Amino acid sequence: MYSKGFRPLSIATVVALASALALVFFYAPNDADQGFVQKIFYVHVPMAIVALGGWVAGGLMAIKHLRSGDRSWDVRSYVAIHLSIILGVGVLVTGAIWARASWGHWWVWDEPVLVSFLIVFLLYCVYYPLRFSIEDPERQARYSSVFAITAGAFVPLNFIAVRLAESFTHPRVLSQTGGNLPGEMRLTFLVSLAAMTLLFVTLWKLELASKNASAQLKRLRTKLNARLAA
Amino acid sequence: MIRAARAILVKDLRLELRTKESVPAMTLFTVTVYVLFHFGLDRDTLEGSLASGVLWVTLLLAAVVGVARLFAAEREQGGIDGLLLAPVDRTALFVAKAAALFLFLCAVEIVALPAFALLLLGPDLLEPLPRLLPILLLANAGLAAVGALVAALATATRAPELIMPLLLLPLLVPVLIGAAEASEPLLRDDPVADRLGRWLGLLTLYDVVFVLLSVAVFDYLLED
Repeated sequence: MYSKGFRPLSIATVVALASALALVFFYAPNDADQGFVQKIFYVHVPMAIVALGGWVAGGLMAIKHLRSGDRSWDVRSYVAIHLSIILGVGVLVTGAIWARASWGHWWVWDEPVLVSFLIVFLLYCVYYPLRFSIEDPERQARYSSVFAITAGAFVPLNFIAVRLAESFTHPRVLSQTGGNLPGEMRLTFLVSLAAMTLLFVTLWKLELASKNASAQLKRLRTKLNARLAA
Repeated sequence: MIRAARAILVKDLRLELRTKESVPAMTLFTVTVYVLFHFGLDRDTLEGSLASGVLWVTLLLAAVVGVARLFAAEREQGGIDGLLLAPVDRTALFVAKAAALFLFLCAVEIVALPAFALLLLGPDLLEPLPRLLPILLLANAGLAAVGALVAALATATRAPELIMPLLLLPLLVPVLIGAAEASEPLLRDDPVADRLGRWLGLLTLYDVVFVLLSVAVFDYLLED
């Protein structure tokens, strides 16, 4: 039923998530000027990185689909984009909470990473109406792949444009912390990132297994109905 | 390929000249949006970032109107079957549609820019005009490439008029950033060219990426 290696993968995910949470709460020090609320960083940033990676991966899988004509790659691309959109909601919510706590506003327009993320998120939200308003399955797969490739290429381009547009006066939390993170925070961050990546891959495989199972069930049902009718 | 693209382009331009459908509608639309902005902002004249923002948002919305009609003749009269049966590359179709949209946008701007200067713009338009031209041309190229791609992408859906603007507008955010930031210093009371090269570079990068991308993926659209 499940693909090979699914059980060890899910165990690794649980272990990584548990140790990431343990590190966040008991090991990583409180930030000097932001205090406890800075710990949302260990959820927010890994989620954003994994979501963006999932979108780009969805684009690459779509290229594979168009090149090989194998529709299972389109399903893989769809599941990757779908999970990234769910993570994207989490990124925007945790980002807003963090912004409220550290700058006093729920939304700040001069944080280029957050603004770029919103634009990309809005674009990917159109993936669902686009995909599900095309009825022919073969055409649906083809058009969805073209969208996935276009949007995947748009992700880095949009980040360049928004970063250029913002004035360079605002302190850049991400590049600062990414650049000179103290050792304990860096370790916690890397473990959280690994845990989030594992979680994404596990959910991706699970969703694919469930999609395959329901497709198989549908095939068996039609077979059964045909036999009963005969 | 080039001959096929030119034939389709000439067909589209002739159709536009005879029916006078897209360009007059887009132009009228820009003037209407200026009026809306006059009341919405409650300002008689604009300069600087407000002027450049109003100008570019209006042109982007006018492009949405143009993109909505880009495959209209093909869809409504079944011309798309003729085009697809013809033994030509899909790329030719993309090049022709993007070129048509580019020319439509240029034609709209010939009226929309003077209308903007007359109705809303505070500072003089003639002085910064030579430096505005490359911005307009590069932005039109980006709008045309993305517009043709999105129009083709949306035609297969059940509600193209709904999907198209939702797809097009987020994709155009970098064009808006580049064009509005580049025009902003030129539309001040004392126009200066501030960091013009950087924004023209961004627009060029966008155009190159999306033209190449559209040419690469267009073969997979509109084939049935």
